[in-house]
Amino acid sequence: MSTLTAEREAGRATATTTDPAPIPMTRLVGVELRKMFDTRSGFWLMTSIAITALLATGAVILFAPDSEITYNNFAAAIGVPMTIILPIMAILSVTSEWSQRNGLTTFTLVPHRGRVIWAKAISAVGVGIVSIIVAFSIGALGNVVGSTITGADLVWDLTWQNLLYITFANVLGLLMGFMLGVLIRNSAGAIVGYFVYALVLPTLFGMLASFQEWFRDIQGWVDFQFSSTRLFDGGLNSTEWAHLGVSGFIWLIIPMTVGVWLVLRSEIK
Amino acid sequence: MITVDALTKTYGKFTAVDDVSFTARPGRVTGFLGPNGAGKSTTMRVMVGLTPPTSGDVTISGRRFRDLPNPGHEVGVLLDASAQHAGRTGREILTITQRTMGLPKLRVEDMLARVSLTDEEAGRRVRNYSLGMRQRLGIATALIGEPEVLILDEPANGLDPAGIRWMRDLLRSYADQGGTVLLSSHLLHEIEVIADDLVLIGDGRIVAHGTKTELLQAAGTVVRTASAGVLTRALEGAGITSTASPDGALRTSADPARVGQVALAAGVALTELRSAEGAGLEEMFLELTADSQREGAAA
Repeated sequence: MSTLTAEREAGRATATTTDPAPIPMTRLVGVELRKMFDTRSGFWLMTSIAITALLATGAVILFAPDSEITYNNFAAAIGVPMTIILPIMAILSVTSEWSQRNGLTTFTLVPHRGRVIWAKAISAVGVGIVSIIVAFSIGALGNVVGSTITGADLVWDLTWQNLLYITFANVLGLLMGFMLGVLIRNSAGAIVGYFVYALVLPTLFGMLASFQEWFRDIQGWVDFQFSSTRLFDGGLNSTEWAHLGVSGFIWLIIPMTVGVWLVLRSEIK
Repeated sequence: MITVDALTKTYGKFTAVDDVSFTARPGRVTGFLGPNGAGKSTTMRVMVGLTPPTSGDVTISGRRFRDLPNPGHEVGVLLDASAQHAGRTGREILTITQRTMGLPKLRVEDMLARVSLTDEEAGRRVRNYSLGMRQRLGIATALIGEPEVLILDEPANGLDPAGIRWMRDLLRSYADQGGTVLLSSHLLHEIEVIADDLVLIGDGRIVAHGTKTELLQAAGTVVRTASAGVLTRALEGAGITSTASPDGALRTSADPARVGQVALAAGVALTELRSAEGAGLEEMFLELTADSQREGAAA
């Protein structure tokens, strides 16, 4: 009788088991995008990009001398808060899964953790690029308004190429934040890590370079912050691109690989 | 159907789960019972791929969890109702699950109604939820994909008596419709009223498993006599250890027929002889887990 029951159960199981379609990447990216905006903190973090861009623009109009009302100065003023907010946004998109523990649900619904990390990376970079475009637009508006108020000539002293370079530099900063988020998996720890990278290390490397000649020669190869800052100044020559590639490999690719490896193997509690 | 096969999980020298094997069958509620820290949650996390096992394997309907194309459709999971972003609303958390699984939008409101979360409650942020409301939301998340298998870790925690009754009815009807339900608890009476099958775990090891009826029958014997000392010695002679209860009765793990024979051979008149099932699972639970329980170690 037990075999009969077992057979009936097996029959029922096969009858009802029609495989659901696997979860497509586009859907995961959509969900991760939504998760970046659907909390009050997430929403205000995103909004703060626009707000700080407006404040920076206003400050340039108010405080800069008439001759300095140029697009380059607007872009520079807007760029400062961006280099901080975008990496933090990227950090939180990863670390909230651990700090808030909703990773328990996320990684149960999608057991392939690498796909979740990819989806987060894609949505973070996407949001980053859109934010940069919004900020540039606010700066352009400020330039027009500022020139009208002061009566000065409109100065567009940044080329499309410059804008692309600046965007790329910001995306690299964002990815550094993302990497730290994946590697450290704790909001406070990763944010501190980013500030050490962005504010403390350049000072240390700068001192090292000014005192030690041997370091000055290799700084471009080993100091990612140094070599990516060149992007803000415009065109890179082939050596500078090589610097960026090598230092990026050391500072971004290797730790990111370690971080993803840890995420895939860690226990989620 | 959930099949746990020789599962072991160690952390350094500490063995959290030690060679655990059992099956949770369709159409039945399987209670996973053990004191705190016995390895229930670790076993459940391994089931859903959150914790890598040291050795052994868990399959769900014959497949490993990570090989399921869209797991939420096949396995409903609630491991920790508090493990949610505190800044999201209940409705938003359910919406994220609905979108991840690719379900119709309507399902969110259906599920909120099913777990009796009102419109106003669903719009509140989870940080303002009581544990009972979080459990309801967690149940909604687990049920939204209409899975065939449910894995619930301490789902009754924080529920009020009406909520516990509701949960019991829900899981019962789920199993009656052919679903597999595995739920853990450290509270006996909670499991006793709902489970068909029981798996008792203590110190990472399975100490007993079987149907509830079987386990109740195996719970031993209560025997009462005017000459308890004589009977104790007779039982000892037959290789049966017995313990005296404060009320004067003797308890043994042997079955009543055997105890009756020993008493007859010893010429002891009994005033009572019965299976100990009336005492419930509690006695068995305490006895089986005594070695591993903190309270047991202190006594």
